[in-house]
Amino acid sequence: MTRPISRKLVGAGALLVAGALTLTACGGSGFEDTAEEPAAGAAELTSSDDPLSILIGSSGDAETDAVTEAVAAWSEESGVEAEVQVASDLPQQLSQGFAAGSPPDLFYLAPEAIAGYADNGSLQAYGDLLANKDDFYPSLVENFTVDDTFYCAPKDFSTLGLVINTQLWADAGLTDADLPTTWDELATVAEKLTTDDQVGLSFGAEYQRVGTFMAEAGGGLVVDGEPVANSEGSVEGLTYVQSHLKDGTFAYAADLGAGWGGEALGKGLAAMVIEGNWVTGALTNDFPDVEYTVAELPAGPAGQGTLQFTNCWGMAADSPNQEAALSLVEHLTSTEQQLAFSEAFGPMPSIESAAADWTSANPDLSAFLDGAAYAQFPPNWAGATDVITDLNAQLESLESGDPQAILDTAQSNLEAIAE
Amino acid sequence: MSVLASPRDAAPRRAGSPRGIRHGEAVAGWLFTLPVLVILGVFLLVPVLMALWVSFSDWSGRGSPLSSGVGFVGLDNYAAVTTGGGLAERDFGVALRNNAWYVLLVVPLQTGLALFLAVLVNRAVLRGRGVFRTAFYFPSVTSSVAITVLWLFLFSTSGVVNTILARVGIAGPNWFNEPSGVLHNLLGALGVRTGPDVLTQHGFLGVTWWDWLAGPSVAMSAFVLMAIFTTSGTFMLLFIAGLQNITPEVEEAAMVDGANAWQRFWRITLPQLKPTLFTVLTLGLIGCWQVFDQIYTGTQGGPGKTTLTPAYLSYQSAFLSQEWGQGAAIAFILFVIIVLLTILQRWVLRDRPDVPRRVRRRGRAPSATVTSTTEDAR
Repeated sequence: MTRPISRKLVGAGALLVAGALTLTACGGSGFEDTAEEPAAGAAELTSSDDPLSILIGSSGDAETDAVTEAVAAWSEESGVEAEVQVASDLPQQLSQGFAAGSPPDLFYLAPEAIAGYADNGSLQAYGDLLANKDDFYPSLVENFTVDDTFYCAPKDFSTLGLVINTQLWADAGLTDADLPTTWDELATVAEKLTTDDQVGLSFGAEYQRVGTFMAEAGGGLVVDGEPVANSEGSVEGLTYVQSHLKDGTFAYAADLGAGWGGEALGKGLAAMVIEGNWVTGALTNDFPDVEYTVAELPAGPAGQGTLQFTNCWGMAADSPNQEAALSLVEHLTSTEQQLAFSEAFGPMPSIESAAADWTSANPDLSAFLDGAAYAQFPPNWAGATDVITDLNAQLESLESGDPQAILDTAQSNLEAIAE
Repeated sequence: MSVLASPRDAAPRRAGSPRGIRHGEAVAGWLFTLPVLVILGVFLLVPVLMALWVSFSDWSGRGSPLSSGVGFVGLDNYAAVTTGGGLAERDFGVALRNNAWYVLLVVPLQTGLALFLAVLVNRAVLRGRGVFRTAFYFPSVTSSVAITVLWLFLFSTSGVVNTILARVGIAGPNWFNEPSGVLHNLLGALGVRTGPDVLTQHGFLGVTWWDWLAGPSVAMSAFVLMAIFTTSGTFMLLFIAGLQNITPEVEEAAMVDGANAWQRFWRITLPQLKPTLFTVLTLGLIGCWQVFDQIYTGTQGGPGKTTLTPAYLSYQSAFLSQEWGQGAAIAFILFVIIVLLTILQRWVLRDRPDVPRRVRRRGRAPSATVTSTTEDAR
């Protein structure tokens, strides 16, 4: 009997040891006190020999390859190892990284996420340390400024324009002279372009598209740091959209059975859509036969208006090698590199010194860059995402809803999170 | 959980045996279950306790929630989602509303369908039973992500479902983009478009009673159909197992007493399936309240937040909005809701000696005999 018992004991001992190891292994990394004081302003950057990890949310192979190549080129030059990873769900992976105390050193960061991460001290503010700081468009810098601190370098940007299916435009007997410059003209051409099979103008049922009309009427969600969601201009913008949703000349992309505006345009369900720079790549890939032109959005009662979208290169406060990361950001946002990115996957350079080159390389798309002069951007306050999601939920039923009531709700939600 | 129960079940039996060569077995038993206990503890118990702590803390998502910088804020997070009066409360109200309708429709329908299929497949006369059993069970073994994607295609504006509906002259809705509530639509068809002030002026959790009564949105209805389609097969298996445990003698006795097939099902088969029914209802209830992956892959809460569920809202608050405390609080409120409903259901389905009442309620001559036969058989 001794042998089985001793074997049992040995087995039990092994189990105990394994169990204890599992427990301590977990305790060792999980419960350790990793939170340091939040980095305020332009604090000292860390420096070490650690390799950099870069987490991006890629739009496709073209973007992944371009970024990987650019990072590899920098790596060779600087001698610091760097690895690019593509996130399948960027916000979730970032959150996990910050919670675990091992975030990527550099990552794509959306303006709506910046306030949340800045508040809990996850981000290293490095904007003021950038050598090319003054080259960025001021409105983009404002996008990434929280509590008067310029956090991170805008990596590129896009604006919304009026994308027109050239064939359908010509079929309706319209010429370049008919390109709409006012709301009335937009309504007129939309009516002409509306047939049994297609609508004149289509866009997604969201503030990120409909908001252009609010801006053109002098409203918006947040203008100059003040919530103005239920201002006269905002209401006028929504009312204009509502009236044309009702008469059938405008329609939401989803109501046409398309996932987004680009699809509606490509399938010929809509003759015009409101979309951003990304539409060019998508149309080339999915609908190579569709010809299109890009025009600036027509001016409303308060002048021209559009929305801009951008991401920045966020830097983690917990990164052990921030100096190298800063140098990489300067490389990635340089004129030459941004023009290369633009050629590879479409967005516009975030620096003014690249504007002339970009326009000469993309004469057909210059309307997008012209929009930068008067573009608004979605609010970047903490909690703004929830407010916009809530607004979008109501915009879906704008046709039968009350613009004033919808915007009153948005206003009270914005005031609740106002800084 | 059954793994956890094994040492406890084994203990009394072993305790009766005399001390001797078997006296070390209890210790050995514990040692052999230790790996599972450790794994469950590390990956289940500890995370749950940490989440519980997060729901009472102001942890902001950076570093460990147990670090010194994290403070105890009492019930603040729970208050924000239940009485805060802001967006967080309304979102939670909307999520509960959506999920309550989902549960209300899915649980009875999937249980009913599963039972129906089980009875059909269990009949000895049915040819090719194996084929049917496999066919009915097939949706259950397919991953929910795959089924969701399939569903998005089937129910798209110009998808198969709408094409078939068009054949019979019905203009199908734009399923996954239609936020209007089914009950509101029915009332709208009858001419009622706005509710009485009693319902529209008052509400619960930031959602008016009128909106609570909106019913599931058209988009949510598509998810309801999907849940019934995918889970009925699983529960059918449970019912088949239950049916095969029933001895045919009781049924034969009922036949001798002159009970017809319908009566035999309700008075003989169903009462004997009560334990299985309890399992199926409990599993259904829990699964339905926790619905997440369909929402995550399918609609992300849209259209108009009408497919937002507490489980998805919890994820959204924590990972996307950095409100970790609120996310954890929502998860624990959901936990309490599930536990309370399970207790309620247990109470409703409890065994009670109510032969006289049953006879009074459905008092017909043959049934009285049948009921007493059932009691005798026990």
